[in-house]
Amino acid sequence: MSVLHIINKSPFDRNSLDTCLRMARPSSAILLIEDGVYALLGNSTAATSLRQAQENHPVYALQPDLQARGISEENMLDGVTLVDYDGFVKLTTEYDKSQSWL
Amino acid sequence: MKFSILINEGPYTHQASDSAYHFTEAALRAGHEIVRVFFYHDGVYNGTRLSVPPQDDRNVCERWSALGQEHSLELILCVAAAQRRGLLDEGEARRAGKDSNNIAPGFEISGLGQLIDAGIQADRLVLFGD
Amino acid sequence: MATKKFLYVNRKPPHGTIYALESLEVVLIGAAFEQDVTLAFIDDGVYQLLKNQDSSAIGTKNFAPTFRALGDYDVNKIYVERESLEMRGLGKEDLMPLTWEDEDDDWAEKDSIHIVSSTELAEIIEQQDVLLNF
Repeated sequence: MSVLHIINKSPFDRNSLDTCLRMARPSSAILLIEDGVYALLGNSTAATSLRQAQENHPVYALQPDLQARGISEENMLDGVTLVDYDGFVKLTTEYDKSQSWL
Repeated sequence: MKFSILINEGPYTHQASDSAYHFTEAALRAGHEIVRVFFYHDGVYNGTRLSVPPQDDRNVCERWSALGQEHSLELILCVAAAQRRGLLDEGEARRAGKDSNNIAPGFEISGLGQLIDAGIQADRLVLFGD
Repeated sequence: MATKKFLYVNRKPPHGTIYALESLEVVLIGAAFEQDVTLAFIDDGVYQLLKNQDSSAIGTKNFAPTFRALGDYDVNKIYVERESLEMRGLGKEDLMPLTWEDEDDDWAEKDSIHIVSSTELAEIIEQQDVLLNF
């Protein structure tokens, strides 16, 4: 039963991304929303963790949240699929359940 | 599919209510059914009738009322969380001996059982919080 | 009524915020719905289960003893992540001894708390139908 892991906090504020990566099984995906998208910016330690995670999990990000925060394909991690809110809804239907790491 | 939405934070301070609103709108656009939108913890503050945000900013509370009325959504404020935080409908205010009530149109106060039921009825439960 | 597997994920400590208390309130109300309930305590959530909590001096409702009632509400699958405990220098002996009585085993008293690895908890998460986080 596949899980869509949703992270909404910066990896430098909370350990939600770290904990998520400890618990994410191979069939699951990671979606970054709200402040969670900061994990994709630059060459940070979080981006490095995500790069490793990408070997086992598709990584998605909510494009409106990236845009709000000045993050674009020019300054973020490669290989991330951008979705809008319609895409966010679609993802929740494609995975059996969502785990919002609050 | 049937969706239930849980919102754990109030308007403006956290992005949770905004994210939940845009998600709910998108789900409706895609033809999905919304079983219930349940507001818990500080999420109950989304149900106030008395919010007066600046004119040039979105009105988070009114926006929920409008969406709720347009699509006949169940917008439920948890009674225990609401009472603690001073969100009262007419009945609650009278029972508690308070001099006014402040729930916005389209919102209803109900018990936590509605959250469990929302989880049972829906194909997907999506949470927004801190 | 359909039976679903509900998992309550707790990652926040008690007292500094209301999340732990209000999460427990959902668990207790939810018990009336006869669903399959599991609780997970991860990261700072493990602090909710520490022994000897007494909030009288901070003047808040002391809800820690309520955890002991969970067994009576048929909530007896309580998983605590080992890595979270170890990072915090804690062990099972630091936690409240939560138990339940198994009517299928002559009412034998059993531990409700199970310390599990991240891998085991990841499998438990995957088996659930509804994932609640507070």
